[in-house]
Amino acid sequence: MKKEVQKWFWISVLGSIIVRLILLFFPKNLNLSARPEVATPLTSLRRLAEGYWLKQSSMSPYAGSMYHGSPLLLTLLGPLTITRIKGQPDHLLCSFVFVIADVVCAMLLRASGETLQTAYSSRLKLLGLNHFSEDSEVLPSGDLAALVYLWNPFTVFACVGLSTSAIENLMVVLSLYGACKRLAPLAAFGWVMATHLSLYPGILLIPVILLFGYGPDAPPRKLFLQRKNFEVCNSSSIANNSLEEEVRNQLSVLNGFSWKSVMHFLFWTLLWSSYVLVLCGIYLRQHGGLQELFKRTYGFILTIPDLSPNIGVLWYFFAEVFDFFRSFFLIVFHGNILLIVVPLALRLNHRPCFLAFVYIVIFSMLKSYPSVGDSALYMGLLGLFAYELRDMQFSFFLISGYVGVSLLSPVMHNLWIWRGTGNANFYFGTAIAYACFQIILVVESVSAMLNHDRMLNKLSTAKCLYIRAP
Amino acid sequence: MDLLPISLFLLTFIIFSTTTLLLAQPQQQYQDQYEEFSEELLLKPLPDRKLLTHFHFHNQAPLHNHHSFSTHHHLFPKPISHLVKKFHIKEMELSFTQGRWNYERWGGFDPISSSNAKPPGVELWAIFDVPPLQVDASWKNLTHALSGLFCASINFLESSTSYSAPKWAFQSDLGSLRYGTLPREAVCTENLTPWLKLLPCRDKAGISTLMDRPSIYRSFYHSQRLHLRSSIAEDRLSSRIILEQTLTVVLQPDIQRAGMNYISETSLQPSWSLSSIFGRKINGRCVLAKSSNVYLQLERGLVTELENLLKDTAIFAANDTGSENFRRNIGFELSVNPSKVHKEVEKSSSILYEYPIKEYKDSEQFDLGLTWKHPLVWSSPHAPLYASRFLTGSGNERGAIAISLKSTESTQGFVAANNVKERCKLQVNILQMVPWYIKVYYHTLKLFVDEKPQAVIDFVERMRVSPSEDKVSPGLMELVLKFPCEAKSAVLNIDFDKGFLHIDEYPPDANQGFDIPSAIISFPEFHAGLQFSDNSLRKSPMLSKFQEKSRVLSYTEVLLVPLTTPDFSMPYNVITITCTIFALYFGSLLNVLRRRVGEEERLLKKKDTNKGLLLQVLAKLSAKLRGRSSESAQPQSPPPPSSFISPKLVLKVVLVAGVAVTWQYYSQ
Repeated sequence: MKKEVQKWFWISVLGSIIVRLILLFFPKNLNLSARPEVATPLTSLRRLAEGYWLKQSSMSPYAGSMYHGSPLLLTLLGPLTITRIKGQPDHLLCSFVFVIADVVCAMLLRASGETLQTAYSSRLKLLGLNHFSEDSEVLPSGDLAALVYLWNPFTVFACVGLSTSAIENLMVVLSLYGACKRLAPLAAFGWVMATHLSLYPGILLIPVILLFGYGPDAPPRKLFLQRKNFEVCNSSSIANNSLEEEVRNQLSVLNGFSWKSVMHFLFWTLLWSSYVLVLCGIYLRQHGGLQELFKRTYGFILTIPDLSPNIGVLWYFFAEVFDFFRSFFLIVFHGNILLIVVPLALRLNHRPCFLAFVYIVIFSMLKSYPSVGDSALYMGLLGLFAYELRDMQFSFFLISGYVGVSLLSPVMHNLWIWRGTGNANFYFGTAIAYACFQIILVVESVSAMLNHDRMLNKLSTAKCLYIRAP
Repeated sequence: MDLLPISLFLLTFIIFSTTTLLLAQPQQQYQDQYEEFSEELLLKPLPDRKLLTHFHFHNQAPLHNHHSFSTHHHLFPKPISHLVKKFHIKEMELSFTQGRWNYERWGGFDPISSSNAKPPGVELWAIFDVPPLQVDASWKNLTHALSGLFCASINFLESSTSYSAPKWAFQSDLGSLRYGTLPREAVCTENLTPWLKLLPCRDKAGISTLMDRPSIYRSFYHSQRLHLRSSIAEDRLSSRIILEQTLTVVLQPDIQRAGMNYISETSLQPSWSLSSIFGRKINGRCVLAKSSNVYLQLERGLVTELENLLKDTAIFAANDTGSENFRRNIGFELSVNPSKVHKEVEKSSSILYEYPIKEYKDSEQFDLGLTWKHPLVWSSPHAPLYASRFLTGSGNERGAIAISLKSTESTQGFVAANNVKERCKLQVNILQMVPWYIKVYYHTLKLFVDEKPQAVIDFVERMRVSPSEDKVSPGLMELVLKFPCEAKSAVLNIDFDKGFLHIDEYPPDANQGFDIPSAIISFPEFHAGLQFSDNSLRKSPMLSKFQEKSRVLSYTEVLLVPLTTPDFSMPYNVITITCTIFALYFGSLLNVLRRRVGEEERLLKKKDTNKGLLLQVLAKLSAKLRGRSSESAQPQSPPPPSSFISPKLVLKVVLVAGVAVTWQYYSQ
């Protein structure tokens, strides 16, 4: 049975790659790389090619407010943008890079899903509870996440639309994978690169540190304490066998915060970030150096000077808002992301991976230039928590909402920009709807996760009582 | 004792001042003699039944390098000399143009078309004689000064988004050049009046009396230009400011007013006279002018046609082509005898009739007229390549600019001339300025020669790009291209994205679209210049200007790019809706995080028990009052009013009322 499932998994992975390749050879018909939903000023490959051209003509790649990405991406993808293969669409080599990035990302998701699942079920066993999916016939959550990531139309469009968000997503997943597997150098590299590429993943430092400190997602620690106390109480009555002793030791280990691995991670972070900064500094030596880099990348992200439409709400807001309120609202909107970081970290510290997922949803919703590539990432991660979130409310409503918005938004864009019969408000309306659906998703998933914890709490106490009662 | 030093001081002072006065005296005389003004008018029939009139006013004065603004001028306009001194202008040109010069019909290879055909609206460029860091500041001040001087919105060129610093495609070498255009500036009589005020006779006397506003603004093309040059020589005395004011008007002679009968062939060119085109005659010269001349130019094509005509009709008896011969030739008839006829050095080249205005008195007015007698068809000399520019693509998201160059008959001539060489190359300089909201992708530059795509590197000799910076500077592209002479056509294509602006950045008529300034196409290997053998023509400033070798220059069309507009009436709605979404997100997420189900249940239970107690007591009370048993009444008893008016609520109401009362009290 399990083998059958595995076979199906690999077939569908292969299928998703084939779909991407087929779409890649018809880029002119789809014209996805020019869609505002796919290519933002930060992720557009066309702008990257312009930056590379400027650099090749011995100008700063950031001259001309065109390119706002990392110089490292320029060295990786830049040469590929100018190599053309006769008779094939432009940027074919770049698209291969994005396809590979997608597949690697999915594989990492799968691997981290497996790790999470085994860790979770072993901890549930400690509490004397069973993992539900172990004996069920559905796909393991890692496989599910990988398939959701690969087959999600958003991911496919972002990949075929030549958006560099595939690489950003890969870096985020890499850091989560490294943290789950407790590979400090890998996790640090992923985190540093993700932060370097798009700034917002910087807040993932908290979940990654929690992952290193406490280990992967687990039921609330209070339950383990309860359980431990219960075991201690019962030790006199029940015979002291070696197994029980082991369980007790594990329980005591679980509740400690391992400072050593965190320090290890932080050391690697420092190393990688200084390395990246040195590389960027060398690349931009003649063009203003690191100051220029920070001004043109992070400054561009934080001050939102580009008002071209995208699927977020901020472009229209800053196109319309009065100029003297501009800086105030910039602070408020970016503060909104930071403000919720601490409450979430306090409440979900026993589930660092889920915490990372929530952070990713929040910043891909509130970031200055969102694209479907960001949504693709959190939808893939959502697959990892399929078991815990199976009681989530409004899931059907949410799915229909996503489908509706992703159909309506291009229509409204076409009406406004191409036909001139619509109005900017039409498109903004779909952007608002999209933001609302994302809000519902994040609120409901957090609420479902907390409810799941409550259920575990109840079950565990009931079990304790049940054991104590006879 | 005390008086001695004072008297000594006074004595030295007096001596010093007298010497300076004495020294200044001859200098003053020298200046007076040096300041000069001349007025000229050139008339030229154009092939498409139109007439070109070109007014040229030349004014020059010595430039004082010492920083006193009190120097007096007799003829030279004081505001202009102030400008030159204050902003250290080396050279400056300002033009106000309405209409577009038709390069195909009116020619593109003569001095007038390459120096007086200007892009629509306002064009300003200036070269400053200041350190590089101060150039921008000088430019900003200059735009404001000119804006006040000419009643035009030249001050919009102050913003760094509207001007740029071309390095070599436009003028030859200079680093302190600034160039800016305002394609949408409406040009009208309020710009002409201050321009006329700079002339010593204004439009009260001399040739400028012809400037009848209705006829000028009815014209197909008019361009009023002001060129300023300060030539600083080694010795201070010979450094001068040269002000050149020209007005170029292309008019359609009115057929009826010229008194032509309709029976004659319609292919005959319309006859005209000064009074028929301007409705005025020249009363006399401006007495302040050193020279005052009217010229009539017959261009090369026309002269060739006339010669052919003469040959055909076999009247061509004598070889001499004197003034009489041409005055009463078979092609046309002139109403006034020219005092001189100048012919270009080369065979079958243009002819110039000269009419000095000096002799005309107030009673007898000067009115030059030309009556055509024979239909003639000719064409003006063209620039080597005919340039046009257009937009491709649809929708408001992106597009492409295409510059198309087509070869003309001049190119063929060039090929013939350079046949000896192995490979003849035609050099073309292109200067293209784009505003920042047209985001040009320079890596998409494509070149099609003879409709076949070619590698750009094969044809581009040099290229300089300064990409636009959002809200800071416009994009500038300078290209030096070398085409093989036998190429029939070339198209340059470059993609761009349309930007989205903040609502305050849109002009009041946002839906009309935005203008991309004209591209400048110049041919540095070609020089437009007339060569006259007569040295006396050197005295005339206009003709000596024509005889200078100026490079052939042409402007392309102004492009109109429609940009998407947001809803201008929405700011409040957008702000409130977006903030609501943010509040919704933050509130609901925080609510989920701080909710504790277990505690809530406990609280609810507690409340229930509290309520139950109270209810029980109440029920008991009511039961006692009614005399019934408490158990039966308890379940369905409605909440009594006493529970609604709790002491807490009363306290709150009292508090609010107290606050309101104190507020009232203190606010009064």
